[in-house]
Amino acid sequence: MSEPLLRISGLVKRYGPHTVLAGVDLEVAEHEVVVLIGASGSGKSTLLRCVNLLEDVDDGLILLDGEDVSDPRVDADLVRRRMGVVFQAFNLFPHLSVLDNVTLAPRIVHGVPRDDAESAGLALLRRVGLEDKASAYPDRLSGGQQQRVAIVRALAYEPRLLLLDEITSALDPELVGEVLTLVRELAAQGRTILMATHEMGFARQIADRVCFLDAGVLVESGPPERIFTEPTHPRTQQFLSRVIAAGRL
Amino acid sequence: MTSPRQQERLAYKRSRARRSTVIAFVSTLVFALVAWFTLTSAPGWPRVRDSFFDPHTALAALPHVLTGLWLNVRVLVVCEVAILALGLGVAALRTLRGPVWFPVRALATAYVDLFRGLPLIICLYLVGFGLPGLRLTGVPNDPVLLGGIALVLIYGAYVAEVLRAGIDSVHPSQLAAARSIGLTHAQTMRIVVLPQAVRRVLPPLLNDFVALQKDCGLISVLGAVDAVRAAQIDVAHFYDFTPYVVAGLLFVVLAVPCARLADATTRRLALREGAR
Repeated sequence: MSEPLLRISGLVKRYGPHTVLAGVDLEVAEHEVVVLIGASGSGKSTLLRCVNLLEDVDDGLILLDGEDVSDPRVDADLVRRRMGVVFQAFNLFPHLSVLDNVTLAPRIVHGVPRDDAESAGLALLRRVGLEDKASAYPDRLSGGQQQRVAIVRALAYEPRLLLLDEITSALDPELVGEVLTLVRELAAQGRTILMATHEMGFARQIADRVCFLDAGVLVESGPPERIFTEPTHPRTQQFLSRVIAAGRL
Repeated sequence: MTSPRQQERLAYKRSRARRSTVIAFVSTLVFALVAWFTLTSAPGWPRVRDSFFDPHTALAALPHVLTGLWLNVRVLVVCEVAILALGLGVAALRTLRGPVWFPVRALATAYVDLFRGLPLIICLYLVGFGLPGLRLTGVPNDPVLLGGIALVLIYGAYVAEVLRAGIDSVHPSQLAAARSIGLTHAQTMRIVVLPQAVRRVLPPLLNDFVALQKDCGLISVLGAVDAVRAAQIDVAHFYDFTPYVVAGLLFVVLAVPCARLADATTRRLALREGAR
């Protein structure tokens, strides 16, 4: 078996006396879609932030392509260039047009000439059906459109790994669909994705593997059919029964 | 508790921190030495040292300058209170909506435009020498009071603008929420908008007050014996510029705590706004 694209082992993260991640082990193979589920505060977002080096880890190891990126000696900027992140709140730059949002990283960070970056950006926007919005500013777009632009922005520099942090949580229900459709296409293209979500139905459809986090511990993981139909751990059972009771599965 | 790998990482981070401290120390030392050497090697340095940094003159002038500075401090405190009140009032007037209030809004705008544009020194002359010149009964003759009025007029305009920017920065949804629960415009301003606005503009507000501290020294042009005028008298008496340096240093010492307070407040607010 080849080395996984991302290997996390014994990851610990504390905020003061509060332990958010209590030794998490997780692997994501190339072309795999891994979905993190769990209650709010279970550590899903913190895990993603640690992988993107937005948080200093308190112990453990994060290997990207076999390289220890949690080592304080590595250049965090270089590591982040190999990952694309999409946040819950879009975080588009409000003072830049859609196309400028998308081409910023290729042009400034990767030194792609403006013309090349813009034609590539327009091609990406065309694929998500937003080509006609290229010169618009983010505040003229709906939430779903903004989030699709944010995904395109993360894709624009061909990252090895895509991190999606509850990207539909801030959207109206009728806008969730268009964003999830896009993620489904990305998965079909063979992109490597690690995502946190509350959309259980979607997780079930798209995931190669589902991981249930509870109080900073990875309690159970496995293929979605098994996790959602016959979870073995009592806490997973409890969580899923609450989700079903709330009508979200 | 922590793994050997993490301990090694922590040791590395600590060694980096130590290295940073050493580099900062060395670079500060080198910088200070170069600055000192450049200064003392200047051909005119011995003359400058005697006429600007004479310890005996400094000691002799210190009591006079300190007495003057006490006047500056009193002026400062009274003016700060008056400036806040005036600024707040003008800012509130400028937020009034509706055609009835047009003259009030226009007047407030005109005041701000006039006194933000007028040089402080000219305002001091006009108020200090012009007002008493009218010989109206009840118009004060005291240079300290007149100087204070000029300072309040100028800085009131600045502070009004800072506060208005703060008021404008409070999101309209806050106004809607406040009006929807039945608060009047005045109540909305007082209870909902102003507390948020003031918190947001505290750093630039403190910055204006640091500027005011030194501008208090300008009331000396009207003849008030403050720190600057006291230093000037001693300069003439000792035939030596050292008293100016003494007064300058005292103003700096006065401003440092306020500047640090402004920095700390800015940092704390930034931390809270960016808290996640």
